[in-house]
Amino acid sequence: MALAQNIGKAGAARAHRHEFVAKMILRSAAGFVIVAIAALIAYLASEGTKLFTHDHVSPLTFLFSPNFNPDAGAPGSLVFIVGSLAITLFAIVVGGPFGIAVGIFMSELAPRRVVDAMKPAIEVLVGIPSIVYGWLGLTLLVPFIRNATGSNGFGLLAAGIVLSVMILPTIITLSEDALRVQPIALREGSLALGATRWQTIWRVLLPAAASGLSVAVILGIARAIGETMAVQLVIGNAGVLPKGLLSATAALPTEIVMDMSGAQQGSLLEHALFSMALLLLLIAMALILAVRIALRKRT
Amino acid sequence: MHKTALGAALLLAGVLAAPSLALADTSLSAAGSTALLPLVKEAAAQYQQAHGDVKIAVAGGGSGTGINQVAAKAVDIGNSDILAKDHPELVDHRVAVVGFAVIVNSSAGVKNLTKKQLQDIFSGKVTNWKDVGGSAGKITTINRPRNSGTRAVFTKTIMGDVAISAEGLTEDATGSVVSTVGTTPGSISYAAFSGTRNKPGIAELAIDGVTPTDGNVVTGKYPLWSYEHMYTNGPSNAATSRFIAFVTSNRSTVHKLGYILVRDMKVSETDR
Repeated sequence: MALAQNIGKAGAARAHRHEFVAKMILRSAAGFVIVAIAALIAYLASEGTKLFTHDHVSPLTFLFSPNFNPDAGAPGSLVFIVGSLAITLFAIVVGGPFGIAVGIFMSELAPRRVVDAMKPAIEVLVGIPSIVYGWLGLTLLVPFIRNATGSNGFGLLAAGIVLSVMILPTIITLSEDALRVQPIALREGSLALGATRWQTIWRVLLPAAASGLSVAVILGIARAIGETMAVQLVIGNAGVLPKGLLSATAALPTEIVMDMSGAQQGSLLEHALFSMALLLLLIAMALILAVRIALRKRT
Repeated sequence: MHKTALGAALLLAGVLAAPSLALADTSLSAAGSTALLPLVKEAAAQYQQAHGDVKIAVAGGGSGTGINQVAAKAVDIGNSDILAKDHPELVDHRVAVVGFAVIVNSSAGVKNLTKKQLQDIFSGKVTNWKDVGGSAGKITTINRPRNSGTRAVFTKTIMGDVAISAEGLTEDATGSVVSTVGTTPGSISYAAFSGTRNKPGIAELAIDGVTPTDGNVVTGKYPLWSYEHMYTNGPSNAATSRFIAFVTSNRSTVHKLGYILVRDMKVSETDR
């Protein structure tokens, strides 16, 4: 009896010790992630503001001057900001409705078999590395645009189309999920009232899934705005404001990748590139905030 | 707890130590100029074949990258088309001379341009080939990014005080410049002979009537050329010195790849 009690005690003590070890491991993992993220943000915030504190450039000049010539003391990044916004807008305008349409098809219309075939296909789209998209854009899309329009083929249009394709899987998957989770009673109620299938989708399901759909679009934007390699290969990397869809221009990430390895430590160029990186981080944070707000509305 | 931590620490130490042990002290790394890249790559391949215990990693990135990386001691050798004037700690090893050709897409229909015409084209003043004696068609200029030594040489030799227009495309390596010019009608750019020789779809232009040949570079008649520099951070160690000496040791390889030996030059300049 006493023996059994002792074994029990020892077992309990061991279990307690294991519990403690497991807790410590999980806690330190979580702590490490938080510290790493905080350090990253702090570093970028410190390096990204040196342009303003150390070089005494006005943030307004950085944001709104199109003159980017750091060797001559001009770090205006308007061209890259406009370039990033333009290709992202293009991608959302083209890829957004298309992706949501596919999401509706998969959630509401497609037979089970078709959905089962499409899911892995879309997962493959997600898994294709961005350099492959860029390479296809460079070898297929750029010559196509060149032949069709007589421009040199590089520019906003090529970058926008590549991004539209790249954000499709994100938008399709998330919008399909947003629609699929709507209660079946919504659909049955609408149909029972005599609404057609189209009316049910357009008038009932889409409004009900609005917050989920906006999350799909916002995460599509987040995917598009940070894309670097695929865009760099087809946008032309010209440091000028685009005059139209066929103009070659540059975006924030592509300019960073073109210049960063040659930027001397402590130079105006390096500080300007860090400010661009900080700007991208702020945009990403704003988008995540937007997602949280959209999701909060739902509940 | 302690056992786990110790185990994890040992594992981590093992992971960190493994590559440095495997590579030992016979590994070299070089990065920078894509104009010099073909020669360094070929020399590294030959050198590694002859010396089985030496591993040489060679990368591009542009001359500015090469200088920055070697100054930061991230690589053993920084390759550059231009002098590293801001870095007194770097030691220069001139390994070759290379000429740079102004290249156009074959469709442009020009064979020769004057320095003035090149300035007008790259500053954006002239935008159609018919204005410089070619067949009618829009000119697309292609430049290298600001960390490029090739761009620096072109700017210094041809453009002078005239600014290169930001219009047009930017390609970040000699190889991508040459292939983009080859596939883009109406395009014009500049690249090292080592990247332009026998490439499809392009034509090399004469400048002020002087054709871009090794012979014209040797005599100094052709203006667009530079010394190719391999920089080390401080005096190079034995392994690095041996490799740098090897790069220029094989005359036929140097010539075949489009370079000229420094000692073959009939002119010499200290500022290139």
